[in-house]
Amino acid sequence: MSNTLLIAGLLLLMTMAYVHGRRRALSSAAGRRVALHSLPSYHGLYIALWCGLPALALAILWLVLEPSIVRWMVVASLPEAQRSLPSGELGLLLNDVRNLAPGNVAGRQPDAATAAAVETYRTLKSIVFWAMVAAVTAVAAFGFEVGRRAIAPAFRARQRVERTILWLLVAASTIAVLTTIGIVLSLVFESARFFDKVSPFEFLFGLEWSPQTALREGQVGSSGTFGAVPVFAGTLMITIIAMTVAVPVGLMSAIYLAEYASPRVRAWAKPLLEVLAGIPTVVYGFFAALTMAPAIRELGTFLGIEVASESALAAGIVMGVMIIPFVSSLSDDVINAVPQTLRDGSLALGATHSETVIRVVLPAALPGIVGSVLLAVSRAIGETMIVVMAAGLSARLTANPFDAVTTVTVQIVSLLVGDQEFDSAKTLAAFALGLLLFVITLGLNVVALTVVRKYREMYD
Amino acid sequence: MSENAILRAGPSRVVAPVPIVSAAAQTQPHRVNIAASHVDVFYAAKQAIVDVSIDIGEHQVTAFIGPSGCGKSTFLRCLNRMNDTIPICRVTGRIAIDGEDIYDPGMDPVQLRARVGMVFQKPNPFPKAIYENVAYGPRIHGMIGNRAEADEIVERSLRAAALWDEVKDRLDEPGTSLSGGQQQRLCIARAIAVSPEVILMDEPCSALDPIATARIEELIDELRQNYTIIIVTHSMQQAARVSQRTAFFHLGVLVEAGDTETIFTNPRDGRTQDYITGRFG
Ligand SMILES: Nc1ncnc2c1ncn2[C@@H]1O[C@H](COP(=O)(O)OP(=O)(O)OP(=O)(O)O)[C@@H](O)[C@H]1O
Ligand SMILES: [Mg+2]
Repeated sequence: MSNTLLIAGLLLLMTMAYVHGRRRALSSAAGRRVALHSLPSYHGLYIALWCGLPALALAILWLVLEPSIVRWMVVASLPEAQRSLPSGELGLLLNDVRNLAPGNVAGRQPDAATAAAVETYRTLKSIVFWAMVAAVTAVAAFGFEVGRRAIAPAFRARQRVERTILWLLVAASTIAVLTTIGIVLSLVFESARFFDKVSPFEFLFGLEWSPQTALREGQVGSSGTFGAVPVFAGTLMITIIAMTVAVPVGLMSAIYLAEYASPRVRAWAKPLLEVLAGIPTVVYGFFAALTMAPAIRELGTFLGIEVASESALAAGIVMGVMIIPFVSSLSDDVINAVPQTLRDGSLALGATHSETVIRVVLPAALPGIVGSVLLAVSRAIGETMIVVMAAGLSARLTANPFDAVTTVTVQIVSLLVGDQEFDSAKTLAAFALGLLLFVITLGLNVVALTVVRKYREMYD
Repeated sequence: MSENAILRAGPSRVVAPVPIVSAAAQTQPHRVNIAASHVDVFYAAKQAIVDVSIDIGEHQVTAFIGPSGCGKSTFLRCLNRMNDTIPICRVTGRIAIDGEDIYDPGMDPVQLRARVGMVFQKPNPFPKAIYENVAYGPRIHGMIGNRAEADEIVERSLRAAALWDEVKDRLDEPGTSLSGGQQQRLCIARAIAVSPEVILMDEPCSALDPIATARIEELIDELRQNYTIIIVTHSMQQAARVSQRTAFFHLGVLVEAGDTETIFTNPRDGRTQDYITGRFG
């Protein structure tokens, strides 16, 4: 809370600096705007940035370092007896201290030493906070002064401000990249722990997936097998079924909407299709489980085929319906973006409308269409809810779409649901699955980009 | 028989209503090919062409000139019914090609457009190989049976469009990789490939530099031997250089049409006089 106030104060200061900068720039040019090299607002921004950025950086650095410094000082103030506790217990103690400080009730009654530590902690905290406020204000004032001195009619405030903003943009994208790298690294490290327990070879090529681990010693089937092939095969099968539904239906409706539908039809059909994308996946899930799966079973019995009550087919079809709008809406945009002059050129040669669509419009739109299909594929691979509800949890290696199968995302969920130890092979397997899924989707994207680029060369 | 007449005798879709151009017809060049009478064109309620009647001679170049927005493109697009693609556009009156009413309900606009080709203001090659750009029209009209025939048509069309020597070694490259002037000649080759009788050109040189323009003008002059050509242009010099007849439009009205010589040296109407001397437009 007090940190929020500090930031708010800083923003207020920046606003004041901005206003001051503008005014000062104008008065330095004796009120003649044209005498200034940069617009007054750039001078204002220049001071505001000088005033705000270093102070903000200091505040952030302070907030990051503060906990460990305070902790170190609290530990130093503890009596010898507690200071020499094993690190686990010391950690618990410090935890209590931190919880007690704002007046909360801790798990156990605090003893005298803890109470003293709480007191120290409180004072330290408030000293440190006020020290920070002082330091930040000082830096802000210093920055303000530096910025203020620079202001003169010939000063190139615009270039400076633009360069600073450029750096801010770079910093923002660096954060995005670093986050991605961080996520990938955490996946890699956790997976490495998993591969300490299970060999990568077994994981990649094993044909059996039953990730139970023992609750007590000597339980039957306690070891668990972690062959990921059936799980990925399930994902693959459901994705293929979904795409078989979504690509033809989505593409054809896109062609109809973009090329043949009258504006009136288009005006209501397109939003209606897009509503499909807005339905929560849970709703699709129970539609799949309660309507589609029984219907498919009925059909199977009628045809004399054995159908499991949870089938890959039901989940795949419903998932396909779910991603129709992705394919159709994106393809529709892409088809609309094909220039009218190309259509005219083809029509003027005596091609019919359909010939024009098939031979000119669609080839020209192909890169975009491939892109939208691949987006739909990654959507299908990542989808969890429908499969949990309609395709089941049993990891079976089968090519029969009437069987129950499971997918990677479903397995990750079921591995992590409930109370788990975080270093058993079972939970760590989730990270390994995640890593492999990540590698696969990454590969898919690379392939997609190459395909698209190749066509782009051809069709631009 | 002319070259394109032979070609037209073969294929399926284009043949039906096309009278074969006889050698005799070619010797008396100014036979009327297109006859428009009392044509009005409306975009929704707005009238863009007012009661235009004009005869266009065969194997001649006719230039349409006039200030911007006067309806040249609109009238040109009536001649191959490209206006059909604009839902709000309505055409009344009679336009006949070789005596046949092209707005007759029995007339198929798709077949008509195979007879009346069009080259647009901005070069619009398909994003396909150069070869495929040219072979496109003949393919959809079933004029190509095998690869040899296709090669033959492609080469002949590209030669006719004076582009063959520049592209013969790169037929597989996309048409869009050519320069603007080459692209425009590719579009002309593409139009020629289906052996039309008439080629409509809507400001074909407006996106080109003077050298590319000169090449296209030369080309138009050669094509006159075999095709009836109508060209819309904003350049008086161009109209004077390439056309035998000129029609001057103003505010949707055909003010005056006649021999290019006469129009440029001795116009009957004051508005024509003003326009060609650059007093307005
Ligand atoms: N698709 C359309 N919808 C509505 N009005 C149109 C359309 N196309 C043309 N017009 C109108 O018809 C009139 C004639 O236009 P047209 O394009 O035929 O002129 P133009 O003589 O070719 O002009 P420019 O020399 O500038 O190409 C203009 O007033 C224009 O606004
Ligand atoms: Mg025009």
